[in-house]
Amino acid sequence: MQNQLKAILEEAKEQLDKASSLGETEELRIKFLGKKGKLTEILRSMKSLSPEERKTLGQTANSTRGQIEAILEEKFAMMKELQKATKLKSEKIDVTEPGSLIQLGVKHPISITIDEISKVFMNMGFRIIEGPEIETVFNNFDALNAGPNHPARDFTDTFYITEDVLLRTQTSPVQVRTLMKDNPPIKVISPGRCFRCDTPDATHSPMFHQVEGLVVDEGISMADLKGTLDSFAKQMFGSNAKTKFRPHHFPFTEPSAEMDVSCFKCGGKGCKVCKGSGWIEILGCGMVHPNVLAVGHVDTEKYTGFAFGMGVERIAMLKYGVDDIRLFYENDMRFIQQFK
Amino acid sequence: MLVPIQWLKEYTNVDENIDKFCDRMIMSGSNLETVEVFGENIENVVIGKILSIDKHPDADKLVITKIDVAAEEPVQIVTGASNIAVGNYVPVALHGSKIPGPLHGQPKKPEGVTIKKGKLRGVESFGMLCSAGELGFEDKVVPVTHKDGIWILEKEYPLGMSIVEALNLKGEVIDFEITPNRPDCLSMIGMAREAAATFETELSYPETRCEEKGEGKCKDFIEVEIKRPDLCKRYVAKVVTNIKIEQSPWWLQQRLIYAGMRPINNIVDITNYVMLEYGQPLHAFDIRNVKGSKISVDTAQEGEVFTTLDGTERKLTNNMLLIKDTERAVAIAGVMGGQNSEIQEDTDTILIEAANFNADSVRSTSKKLTLRTEASSRFEKGIDPNLAEEACNRVCRLIELLNAGTVLKGSVDVYPEKAEAESVKVRVDRVNQVLGINLSAKEMIDIFHRLEMKTMHLGNTITVTPPTVRLDLETEIDFVEEIGRIYGYDKMPVTLPRGNSEAGKSEKQRLRDLSKETMTALGASEVQTYSFVSPKGVDSIKMDENAEGRKLIRLLNPLGEDTSVMRTTLIPNMLEVLARNYSRNNENVAAFEIGTTFFNNHHEGDPLPEEKESMCVAVYGPNKDFFTLKGMVTEFLNKLGIYECRYIPEEKIATFHPGRCATLVYDCVEIGIIGEIHPDVLEKYGIGARAICCELNFDLLVEKANTEKFYRPLPKYPAMTRDLALTVNEENCVCDIESIIKAHGGELLEKVTLFDVYRGKQLLSGTKSVAFTLTYRAADRTLTEEEVTKVNDKILVALKEGCHAVLREM
Repeated sequence: MQNQLKAILEEAKEQLDKASSLGETEELRIKFLGKKGKLTEILRSMKSLSPEERKTLGQTANSTRGQIEAILEEKFAMMKELQKATKLKSEKIDVTEPGSLIQLGVKHPISITIDEISKVFMNMGFRIIEGPEIETVFNNFDALNAGPNHPARDFTDTFYITEDVLLRTQTSPVQVRTLMKDNPPIKVISPGRCFRCDTPDATHSPMFHQVEGLVVDEGISMADLKGTLDSFAKQMFGSNAKTKFRPHHFPFTEPSAEMDVSCFKCGGKGCKVCKGSGWIEILGCGMVHPNVLAVGHVDTEKYTGFAFGMGVERIAMLKYGVDDIRLFYENDMRFIQQFK
Repeated sequence: MLVPIQWLKEYTNVDENIDKFCDRMIMSGSNLETVEVFGENIENVVIGKILSIDKHPDADKLVITKIDVAAEEPVQIVTGASNIAVGNYVPVALHGSKIPGPLHGQPKKPEGVTIKKGKLRGVESFGMLCSAGELGFEDKVVPVTHKDGIWILEKEYPLGMSIVEALNLKGEVIDFEITPNRPDCLSMIGMAREAAATFETELSYPETRCEEKGEGKCKDFIEVEIKRPDLCKRYVAKVVTNIKIEQSPWWLQQRLIYAGMRPINNIVDITNYVMLEYGQPLHAFDIRNVKGSKISVDTAQEGEVFTTLDGTERKLTNNMLLIKDTERAVAIAGVMGGQNSEIQEDTDTILIEAANFNADSVRSTSKKLTLRTEASSRFEKGIDPNLAEEACNRVCRLIELLNAGTVLKGSVDVYPEKAEAESVKVRVDRVNQVLGINLSAKEMIDIFHRLEMKTMHLGNTITVTPPTVRLDLETEIDFVEEIGRIYGYDKMPVTLPRGNSEAGKSEKQRLRDLSKETMTALGASEVQTYSFVSPKGVDSIKMDENAEGRKLIRLLNPLGEDTSVMRTTLIPNMLEVLARNYSRNNENVAAFEIGTTFFNNHHEGDPLPEEKESMCVAVYGPNKDFFTLKGMVTEFLNKLGIYECRYIPEEKIATFHPGRCATLVYDCVEIGIIGEIHPDVLEKYGIGARAICCELNFDLLVEKANTEKFYRPLPKYPAMTRDLALTVNEENCVCDIESIIKAHGGELLEKVTLFDVYRGKQLLSGTKSVAFTLTYRAADRTLTEEEVTKVNDKILVALKEGCHAVLREM
């Protein structure tokens, strides 16, 4: 029987060595160690042996079982690894195939631009306010020091609803509303829609957006205006951005200026975007005209202020290189999706 | 305002290169559009004299010319020009020469055109005779004398000499952008004044003294009466006899051309020249046609008809100011002269008018007649009445200089109230405070003097008297600006305002941002559409005739019918966006807009109509249906803290599919509508896919939103679920069944989730199967089967009673 056990061990070793799958290995386990397995049979037949023989043989049998179990365990582990490897191999995919279509929605580029501008000014302590799109002639023109013959009042320039009510041509009437409602210190910006009688073409739109700004406090000077807007330009267009303030004229500010920013495409060397000048006109600004402050019953001796206004479409067009303003209002998803 | 730099230099000696000149002028307040350089791109174009003109043997429209260009032999040139004569001096582009072009009838090329010899219908031509256009001048400024042909030079020049040299063609012209507050800059002297102030150079005025060699006095020839002194502040007239109409000398023509005006004849050119020089419009009448030797300035008769010198008959109204003689009108004041008194070839005696007309009057006349001229555009911006006399004298001076006539002595000058400059007190510390600088009174006074202002200084106050041409300077702040721009904005320091106010956004702005972020996260992209729309939009979406949205606010002056009313709903715009995307083959679209709508309602005492903010979301594309959008909207509302919004079936809104539409009700208020767009409406817009659209009242959302967050502890004990599949009649909507379940579920029922709706063969027609998962949980213990069964049975009973629901075998 000792020999038989030895033979079983040898056989098990040999066969397990050949086994090439988890199933075969399991079959061999049953064949050798199962209830009707070879080893079990031998153990069962041990009943007929003397206690002495049974003891020695038992030891051998247990050792044989132990050895087979060890081999089996190893074999099982190996086979499991093998099976896993086979499975993984069979599951290989072409990772260069496209991912499932999950489309993020996108904010309109005009909203994105207004958000960026607003964020910069909020960081500088500005409050954001809004006004109606339909305004009074008083708020849009009279209160802003635009005389009764100001050409912008013409029917060919401004959309009217009645003689006294119009679609605002600028966000500046929000200045008037603020001055009439609030007391200094005032530090606000106001983004919104504006309207002018321009037939749409690549650079004109009858509806467009502006961001207006107003600061009124004791001791506000033109140097504060320069500092604030220069800081805005650096935050909006990069810390290398330089600004240039050119004298200009607006009825509601004096002194008035236009601010140019060094071209953010070429850095000031001159290119197509800046038409070779190295500078890009970004906004109009100036010290609030005393006549405008007076509309809000602000003490013009005690308080001074500055105001500014910029065209959002213009900034968006320059920043993103959009060459036709009408694209903003066509709302073609292929256009909007580019601003992810 | 086109300013030839050579002309400007006549008044002030600015010696900077053109780039630097422009930069500094910009920084002192004279912004400019462009700088054009004349006389460039011209090579080997010389003065030639036409020796002979012979017919071309084989072409009726061509001639063969021989031109003397001071070479060994005359040059033969074939030309199609018809305005040439033997003896004419002309510009000749020789073989190998270069001209800016364009050639007649061809587009302009930036690199210019090279002229080569060649054969024209078999006859050799060794170059080309040039028109002014071919040498780079715009058609509208080419002198009348040769505007449709070869440039016939007005006098003899050295033959063979370069045309650039002979006519001194090289020169820059700056196009300044003149802001409406500075009409004084619409003149060479005005711009010279700015240049002198900028570069601290002297300003010298033109010579205006006349010899006045004529027999007799001006006032013996003419009488002037201003009947409307409110509309005419001043009228200066001078008389010139022995007029000889001819071409102006080249120097004068050149200045007009470079300044953008076409030379006509010496008298017209001189008046234009002086207008450009001073900014004072002038007019010359043929005195033969001023009946009764009397000028009166008066308004027109209503309906009076008058022919202006452009040959157009114009119907006048009674507030238009006219220049009349004793019988009739001879000019529309400040706008245009009449054909009846125009200068002619045989004119002998003229009246030179330099008047000052009321800006508003000229503007309104010019506007009503839709006739805008160089004169009217200057008058309507305002002109200093003190210029009239000087300008009138300057015209006479130039007439004498050109030997174009004999000036009579004296003038008629009706000037009821002389315009005097008003002095303004300017405080030194105020100037410094507003500009954020620290100049001394002396430095400020220097700047004022550079601008030709007079000053008186006492302590902190400088009393400043500006020249009367500066109509824009009225109050202290105007002088602050003058100091600022001449001192230089670039020299002012850069500081930040001290102190902060309450920064940030309002609740509404915050919620709008949150809404946009949420919608984009849900896959919808934002669109922006016009606030003004077509009135047909409300018809296209079949809006109810009595709906509030039909009360449209109309623009008085829309660009077109398509943008003539203010929108009351975002849906038509959204459908247009969908249609446009559909037509461009964008297969899959999810879009939203948050924007203002306008209603013809007025709050007491408020002249402005009501503005409401609205939000619209829409989708179309593969796998997109009502529930896609409903899912997006529900999750969006949840983000705003609006949970359990009810969707109530709605069949009567014609915009939507009658069986696929619901109103959204929250907190007993209707907050919006959602539905599949009705096929008729889709067809109207040309949308070939099922589109689902939702419009929400954004103002109400803001009111109802609650985005405060509170932590709820996670459950400690397990949940138990039961699935219920119920057979019900079609009329029972999921919402009602859910309400019954919730009403009877008590505290233990945590959640009800619909997981299937089935209609089909295994069911009777008119019934459907709806399946829910009910989740039970207690906060303080693990539930037992018995507890759950008890509640579940109670629910089943209620369902049976409430909607005859029968439990289906799962």
